[in-house]
Amino acid sequence: MNNIITTDRLDLYYGAFQALINVGLNVEQNKITALIGPSGCGKSTLLRVFNRMNDLIEGVRTTGSVKVGGEEILGPGVDLVSLRKKVGMVFQRPNPFPLTIYENVVYGLRIHGEKDRKVLDQAVEKSLSSVLLFADLKDKLSSNALSLSLEQQQRLCIARLLAVLPEVLLMDEPCSALDPLATMRIEELMLELKKRYTIVIVTHNMQQAARISDECGFMLLGELVEFGPTKRIFTAPKDKRTEDYITGRFG
Amino acid sequence: MIEQREHFQKELTKLNDLILRMGGMVEKSIFDSVEALRKSDAGLAQTVVMLDDKVDKIELEVDDLCLELLATQQPMAGDLRFITTGMRVGSDLERIGDLAVDIAQRAIELADQPLLKPLVDIPKMAELAEKMVHKALDSFVKRDAAMARELWTDEEKADNYRDLIYDELVEIMNQDTKTTPRALPLIIISRHLERIADHATNIAEDVVYMAEGKVIKHAPK
Repeated sequence: MNNIITTDRLDLYYGAFQALINVGLNVEQNKITALIGPSGCGKSTLLRVFNRMNDLIEGVRTTGSVKVGGEEILGPGVDLVSLRKKVGMVFQRPNPFPLTIYENVVYGLRIHGEKDRKVLDQAVEKSLSSVLLFADLKDKLSSNALSLSLEQQQRLCIARLLAVLPEVLLMDEPCSALDPLATMRIEELMLELKKRYTIVIVTHNMQQAARISDECGFMLLGELVEFGPTKRIFTAPKDKRTEDYITGRFG
Repeated sequence: MIEQREHFQKELTKLNDLILRMGGMVEKSIFDSVEALRKSDAGLAQTVVMLDDKVDKIELEVDDLCLELLATQQPMAGDLRFITTGMRVGSDLERIGDLAVDIAQRAIELADQPLLKPLVDIPKMAELAEKMVHKALDSFVKRDAAMARELWTDEEKADNYRDLIYDELVEIMNQDTKTTPRALPLIIISRHLERIADHATNIAEDVVYMAEGKVIKHAPK
């Protein structure tokens, strides 16, 4: 067992409001970890801690410890560009740049200073192949990314992350804009991707968490109420609050 | 707290009621089949055979309802354990019903012959088996794992009865081989009663899983 992310006594405040309370969690490498819980429970906030996306929000204060690959990522002096390269994020709505498909994939590499056309070409082929888009799109790499279907756009956004060789993929409701079949295909893709990457997903879709995750955490009012193997969480949760939520009896 | 999933809750209650109805029927079948044997009452035995169709029908209803709930409601945690346990309990009860029918059929065969001896241990064993089924179902309804665990000692008692009855009947057959056609069915009946006790214990094991989420089957108790 190899933990790639560990948090310890993690508290997070938005001004006076405490959004995360004493969260201690381990994310294992090459596993899919799902965070579930009602709206406002702090699951997206926790996800955004892992690559310091909350820094973009004013008045956020974080205490405790968060380690990625053994290195503390809270506090000043952390190289956020390299952290976000290591820990990438996929959002609810696919958000490709209004550029060509090719330029979307290599965007991160260019930011990091890569100019060698051969390296860029290879990255495009490799990343698009990983998300099963290359065969379909190889002849229209110069088309605008916004002309793709939503599912293809989401795959492209994942490919854009893969191009900079991340270790962890954070996914915040990655299928909520997609229809059921597209959702199933993205889920299949996630199961493929976990062989090479570690995935943390926030989802409102409990069946999705049950289907694809290895470990699952239930959050409520900023607390990580229960965390454990997905099979156990969905068949025999230990905490009454988890039971009430996943059986749909939440008042 | 707001009552949520009211429709689903009603369906779960319906499953509970179906299993209770089925349980009531097979308890009656166990009692009547042995009563028919004891009183050489072929008519009573016949009612047990007739009742089995209804038991079978409810088993199908239980299966159908459970499958529907699994397919349409995505049950989780305690609900999931209740529904899967419900399916297994339905199947155990159906087997118990079949065993009672078999006892009733032996009672019909034996009805026109004098009893080998006044029956003492078989009715006692039948009472124990019936009590076990009742207690298993009670623990299911109350989701009471402690009550379910009481069946482990009952099961040992049932095994003791079976051995006692076996030894006694073998002794009788040894003394007079002509008694064999009347003694053998009684051995088979005690074996059926022991199987009924086993099915009740299976139900109890499933109840422990349902109540506590722990699998205790095939583990030393």
